[in-house]
Amino acid sequence: MDYTNFLFMNHEISLVVVMVLVLLTDLIFGDKNKKLCQYAALGLFLAHTVLGLYLGHISDMGNSSPEVFADMYITSDMHILVKNILNIGTFLVFMFAFRWNTTENKEHSSEFYFLTLSTLLGMYLMVSSGHFLLFYIGLETASIPLATLVAFNKKQKESAEAAAKYVLTAAFSSGVMLFGISMLYVSCNGSLYFNDILEAFDKQPLQIMAFACFIAGIGFKLSLVPFHSWTADTYQGAPTAVTAYLSVISKGAAAFALFCIIGKAFAYAPEVWKNILWWLIVITITIGNLFAIRQTNMKRFMAFSSISQAGYIMLGVAAGSALGMSSLVYYVLIYLFTNLAAFGVISSIENETGKLNRDDYDGLYETNPKLALVMMLAMFSLGGIPPFAGCFSKLFIFISVFEQKEYLLVFIALLNTVISLYYYLLVVKAMFIKDPKNPIATFKSDNMTRVGLIICTICMIVLGFISGLYQYIESISF
Amino acid sequence: MEQLANLAPFVLLLPLCMFLVLGLFGNKMAHKTAGLLGTAVFGVTSVICYYIAINYFFSGNFQNGGTFEAVELFNMEWLRMTDTLCIHIGFLLDPLSAIMLIVISTVSLMVHIYSMGYMKEHDGTYDGGLQRFYAVLSLFSFAMLGLVIATNIFQMYIFWELVGVSSFLLISYYYYKPSAVRAAKKAFIVTRFADMFFLIGILILSYYTGTFDFDKLTLVNEGHVEIVNSTMRDITFCGFPIISIAVFLIFLGGAGKSAMFPLHIWLPDAMEGPTPASALIHAATMVVAGVYLVARLFPVYHFEAPHVLEIIAYIGAFTSIFAAIIACAQTDIKRVLAFSTISQIAYMMVALGVSGYGEAEGLGYTASIWHLFTHAMFKALLFMGAGAIIHAVHSNEMDDMGNLRKRMPITHITFLIACLAIAGIPPFSGFFSKDEILVAALENNKIAFAVEYFVAGLTAFYMFRLYYRIFWFGEPKDGYKHEPHEQSLVMTFPLMFLAGVTVISGICWMFGLLPFTHLISSDFTNYDIHTHWNVALPSIGAGVIGILIATFLFLEKTGRPNKAVSYFKRPYKWAVKKFYIDEVYLYVTNNIIFKRICQPIAWFDRHVIDGFMDLLAWITNKSSEEIKEVQSGYVQQYAWVFIIGVITIVICAI
Repeated sequence: MDYTNFLFMNHEISLVVVMVLVLLTDLIFGDKNKKLCQYAALGLFLAHTVLGLYLGHISDMGNSSPEVFADMYITSDMHILVKNILNIGTFLVFMFAFRWNTTENKEHSSEFYFLTLSTLLGMYLMVSSGHFLLFYIGLETASIPLATLVAFNKKQKESAEAAAKYVLTAAFSSGVMLFGISMLYVSCNGSLYFNDILEAFDKQPLQIMAFACFIAGIGFKLSLVPFHSWTADTYQGAPTAVTAYLSVISKGAAAFALFCIIGKAFAYAPEVWKNILWWLIVITITIGNLFAIRQTNMKRFMAFSSISQAGYIMLGVAAGSALGMSSLVYYVLIYLFTNLAAFGVISSIENETGKLNRDDYDGLYETNPKLALVMMLAMFSLGGIPPFAGCFSKLFIFISVFEQKEYLLVFIALLNTVISLYYYLLVVKAMFIKDPKNPIATFKSDNMTRVGLIICTICMIVLGFISGLYQYIESISF
Repeated sequence: MEQLANLAPFVLLLPLCMFLVLGLFGNKMAHKTAGLLGTAVFGVTSVICYYIAINYFFSGNFQNGGTFEAVELFNMEWLRMTDTLCIHIGFLLDPLSAIMLIVISTVSLMVHIYSMGYMKEHDGTYDGGLQRFYAVLSLFSFAMLGLVIATNIFQMYIFWELVGVSSFLLISYYYYKPSAVRAAKKAFIVTRFADMFFLIGILILSYYTGTFDFDKLTLVNEGHVEIVNSTMRDITFCGFPIISIAVFLIFLGGAGKSAMFPLHIWLPDAMEGPTPASALIHAATMVVAGVYLVARLFPVYHFEAPHVLEIIAYIGAFTSIFAAIIACAQTDIKRVLAFSTISQIAYMMVALGVSGYGEAEGLGYTASIWHLFTHAMFKALLFMGAGAIIHAVHSNEMDDMGNLRKRMPITHITFLIACLAIAGIPPFSGFFSKDEILVAALENNKIAFAVEYFVAGLTAFYMFRLYYRIFWFGEPKDGYKHEPHEQSLVMTFPLMFLAGVTVISGICWMFGLLPFTHLISSDFTNYDIHTHWNVALPSIGAGVIGILIATFLFLEKTGRPNKAVSYFKRPYKWAVKKFYIDEVYLYVTNNIIFKRICQPIAWFDRHVIDGFMDLLAWITNKSSEEIKEVQSGYVQQYAWVFIIGVITIVICAI
């Protein structure tokens, strides 16, 4: 066996090394110096992120379609880019969680890092899988530690409730998904390789049922309607850092994995999944929006907003073309910075004052103008107001669907953008226009959060204009 | 070449960075630091601009047998629309853009320096928004430089709008004054209105030719602009050739920025901004963008739409005399200068309108750009001089001035030089550029020549009326509250520098040291010309007569001005009221557009459209209310929803 093939897994290997080191530092220094462990974890992960950006362009390795474990594990420049995007997002989440990890969660900070990184490893595998079992293992590795993370505020009842709901739904959905996979196994000549399924899929009822179950399972991760019900309760109860992680990283990975699987395993039967996705997208965006209108708790609000955003991400999947893939990855990239900016503001306010309601944000501009500005930018970008990056990502994803002649779908998505604008602007209105009854006092957020917010803000403003970025993504999509 | 290409991005990046730094962190700096920082960085930018321009003209690397070659220092793709049509952001270096680089960087640098003195109050404190001022000044410099180096018409349009925005920001600099806010709005709306036509013109042109790039659009081959001729010939719209419509619309955009009649109404009001900004934007650089635009597309105008060029000549001629007449009756010194600017830009337009193509045929083209250059220098000088005076006497009105020549000697001398230059007295630069315009007009268009000849005399008259009212004429009625005195060196240095340029460039021309025709011509080929004394002598005569009349009327306080006015009572009143053009606009917008057109539309909007929208919002809200039960909080119910979802999908899909 040629061991050099393992080098294609350099992201995974490096991440495992980081995880082990995080555990080891905690074991050795954890009792005396928690702060050191924190910095070590952050530093190690930063090194991993930077290394990932520089290492391993597959095209440089002289092998166009590399695989490991006999096609079970697939990688390409695009996979690597997606993993890098996930890394950056996770690092930003860590930055926003820094304060929480030094105060409330001081005791268990190393566990927080370790568990988060394990879910990240699961997502890597999900994204790179070439076989349904590896995909399933990745999915579970990504889901189960998350349940622990959701329950991390041990003393809070809500956190426990959220975790219970999450774990039950996750178990249920993974059951449904396994059921689907086993049906696929039966109906596709006893193979679970994507390539074999591609050949064997000939629209038998059993196969279609299997596909429906598979979609339901991944729909849970993406929180597509009607598999979304857990989202709001879990997002609200979980620690804010975990919520941010759930809403961005978890979703991005699942969306890309879904795109790859549909492209690899079901490419010959578009009439099956196109219709299903069409309806899923329409109800996801619409219902997500309709619920979001009524929310006053910011975390719950962001939960429904992220449901409808997931619908927009799915537009790229529905397009199913190379353009769809590049616009999907671009959308996820922009969405990551935008949503994390919003969560960064929410978490820094929560850390400082414990306030989470939209009414508490009244007159935020008077007392904390910078936070209010970042939040405003994030809301504008989420709503797709030019010239912020969110506008460009929406534009590209609409174009990709438009090219598939799905005009009605684009129209519905556009209508929904108007509704979403309404509730995003409600937040801006609260911050800038409303008179505060008891305003949030002026405060300084910690340095990590500030750096994270600055990065997000710059990206929101600048990324849309850097056409080279999109062109790079376009050049490596397939 | 390599070296220039490496330097080129900094021309744009430095001012842009300065805008960001001063805009974002300016309020953390002391006023003085912000000013010094802005000036220093722009100083570096100017040095780069000079280096590029001088290298281009004199290194010989870019010349090929007496013809300058246009080069693209960099050109990166920004947005691809179709396979053939895409937008680039780049740096086009040819004689035209090199000249503009010099003009912009010189005037802008002088304004940067000058503002450090002008924005300082007498007690030594700075105006509160000084950082904002320098930030916007940097933004403007960035936009203007980006405009002139554009490789394609779309890049030009982007920067064109940015220039408009920064002009808006600078006019409304004193935002607490309602008049400044009104003026800013007016300038923005009028120029945007014109830009709409510009955009339509761009779209028509690029729709047919399939390109935005100037190098393709202006490629001349056997008496035709190839790409335009091959794609747009014989296509007509409403009986007019489509190419004429396109380039006329593009000209309208230029007419808005360059304040051609009847879109000139914003420029006099724009004088509400700080005087240094007026000197930079509303005298020397932005307002000549229209001239630059026509010059940039000159081959298209000349070969494919000669009638449009003729119209441009007539519009220019009319605007120049119209504005010159108004300038004779204004009493606000900045407004006199504003109308004089309109009149002089129209002069440049006329020069383009009467120009032919190729070597000596294209004299009008050379003269137009040459006049652009000289006018930028002496007009900026006049504005800054006016600023120094306003700073000293705290008023814009002529009645509050007089007898300042002893009190402000440097301002006096430099102002006099600029007045002589604009009046067309040799050896100052304005004489030569104006002379060449008249020569070109005489050859090609007698009517334009007659008008411009008369305007030359008129210009001398109103400029010297201004000069005498400020520096001679006798003290104001109530004397001065504070004794006016000469300004500090920060403010007088730019005056002396620009006066030096005005004198030296004239003398260089006279002795043939640096003939402008060796730098720029319509087809970028060098040629030689000589001063045409048969035109020059009468034009000097006209200037001298204008000056003599002004001397007779305004040298000392006498009853003569009033007596002169009584001869021309009606015309004088019309000129004071600017021929009621503003009132016409107001009547049209208020009584016709608002009342007859907008009000019915507003009714429809309020009752039908809003009602429909309210209905939609009500439906959305209602359905949001209806479905809230689904989110009950019970996990068992969530599982039900989940499984029903799966079953529905299966049933529908099978």
